[in-house]
Amino acid sequence: MPVLCRTGCGEKAVLKRPKTGDALCKNCFYHAFETEIHYTITKGELFNKGESVAIAASGGKDSTVLAHVMKTLNKRYEYGLNLMLLSIDEGITGYRDDSLETVKQNRDDYEMPLKILSYKDLYGWTMDEIVAQIGRKNNCTFCGVFRRQALDRGAAMLNVKCIATGHNADDIAETVLMNVLRGDIARLKRCTSISTGSEGTIPRVKPLKYTYEKEIVMYAHYKKLVYFSTECVFAPNAYRGHARALLKDMEKIRPSCIMDIIYSGETMAVKEDVSLPTQRLCVRCKFVSSQEVCKACVLLEGLNKGLPRLGIGKSSKAKKMLEEYNSKLEHSAKERAIQDLNDHKVINGSDKCSSKGKSCKSGLCKSKKKYTEIDNHVNKCCNSDCSGRCKCNQSNDKENEGNTKINTLLEQYGINESSNDSGIDQNKLDVPNNDIVEDLLNQEEDPCSGSCGKMGSLQIGF
Amino acid sequence: MSQLKVILQFSGGAELLFDKIKKREVELPVLEKYLPQINKSEWSIRELLVWMKDNLLKERPELFLQGDSVRPGILVLINDSDWELYGELDYKIQNGDAIMFISTLHGG
Repeated sequence: MPVLCRTGCGEKAVLKRPKTGDALCKNCFYHAFETEIHYTITKGELFNKGESVAIAASGGKDSTVLAHVMKTLNKRYEYGLNLMLLSIDEGITGYRDDSLETVKQNRDDYEMPLKILSYKDLYGWTMDEIVAQIGRKNNCTFCGVFRRQALDRGAAMLNVKCIATGHNADDIAETVLMNVLRGDIARLKRCTSISTGSEGTIPRVKPLKYTYEKEIVMYAHYKKLVYFSTECVFAPNAYRGHARALLKDMEKIRPSCIMDIIYSGETMAVKEDVSLPTQRLCVRCKFVSSQEVCKACVLLEGLNKGLPRLGIGKSSKAKKMLEEYNSKLEHSAKERAIQDLNDHKVINGSDKCSSKGKSCKSGLCKSKKKYTEIDNHVNKCCNSDCSGRCKCNQSNDKENEGNTKINTLLEQYGINESSNDSGIDQNKLDVPNNDIVEDLLNQEEDPCSGSCGKMGSLQIGF
Repeated sequence: MSQLKVILQFSGGAELLFDKIKKREVELPVLEKYLPQINKSEWSIRELLVWMKDNLLKERPELFLQGDSVRPGILVLINDSDWELYGELDYKIQNGDAIMFISTLHGG
């Protein structure tokens, strides 16, 4: 028994809209779908007439539909936009090389210029090469951090006013959930905004913010749009996967939950005394960063020094790695003397600087100095404005490991606890908590915007 | 009971779970013989999924099925229309029906 289109147009309905529950025919669906995106664009004032806009194109369903709809709306409503496609070639054989073919198809179909930027050209490393170094566990961190910056660079080269990305309603709801589950308030606050970008950076906009994934796929299907649909060969992301599965299960029971989660995310207010990282420019590459040196530069430095895990694990591990690296390079007695002095200083007071002292023994080496600066920044932040958890984050990292070991020893041998550094005690309460948070951040940090995940990230505390 | 031929199609990444074959024509056996325990004579999507699991889905069925239905996030189209308009699992399969499975769960 065919169901008729709810608009009364007399046609047979082809789908039930998840957002409204309406049964619509093909044409009425196209109209509703496109018009809603048009409203999203005009209400959010995403573009101005005459602007150049780069569409971040991965060849997947979202960006393919975005490119198609943007072209349609640009013509229909006379946005007067100069649209172009921007793709990032991460250098993942069997994944990106195939999907780029789809993007080239988009270029021809939609008659838009296409710019492809490769990790190899930008950073000197392909993802294949990075994975060969780092293994498959943390490569998403590299990929996501690099991609975010690569898009910025590409947009700068194309001289566009903004970048439109294909994030859909499901993605955003999923990210809200993820950020709640990780206690990541900074991202929770940002992730629902339709336009992101601080001063001096090229803003990103999400025209598909309120568009359901189901409708995107149905639209692509009925319009016979060609898109590429293979999971990235490297990374099925566990934590995001769970958030996604949970969301899909809930959507089945109550489809409006996706809009509701976005609404919750949008209207949630962050308490005033919660300190958030401020955005600034990386001293090295001059791109936006929350740290003195951006995550991309830290990761890259790790790769180039043969320490690929630098910037991935806990900061204490990174520091230890740098220490080892540096101690291999330098053995002079003078240096050791300085280190002794530093160690002495640490014991005497400045509780969080032990690693700082060690990693930058002399202050001569340029790169080491960088890390000292990071530490300094972190410490400053820790000492001055953080009222809550951040206060302990950095120092705990270091103490954590020590603590577990020490505790085990204590249990085994009943050694008096007071042998510990005095600074530890007050931090101790937070240790397990932070440990978990850190671990999740580090292991499940999931900034892939191309395929496995969505939100870019530069905010992971190093 | 006359023969029941259906066309199964897979896209959006769902084909990856079915030997990367996007379209196949299959003939379903007599239901009373295939699943005698359920005491039904007409194939619905519910039984089709069981048959697909037994005959087509070689590995990792959890990526396609959840409970007695498809995994949420996999869209089902019956003759190019949303199965939500046709009773989902209870839809009675007709000879010559085209049933399509589109995954929304694969990369974007």
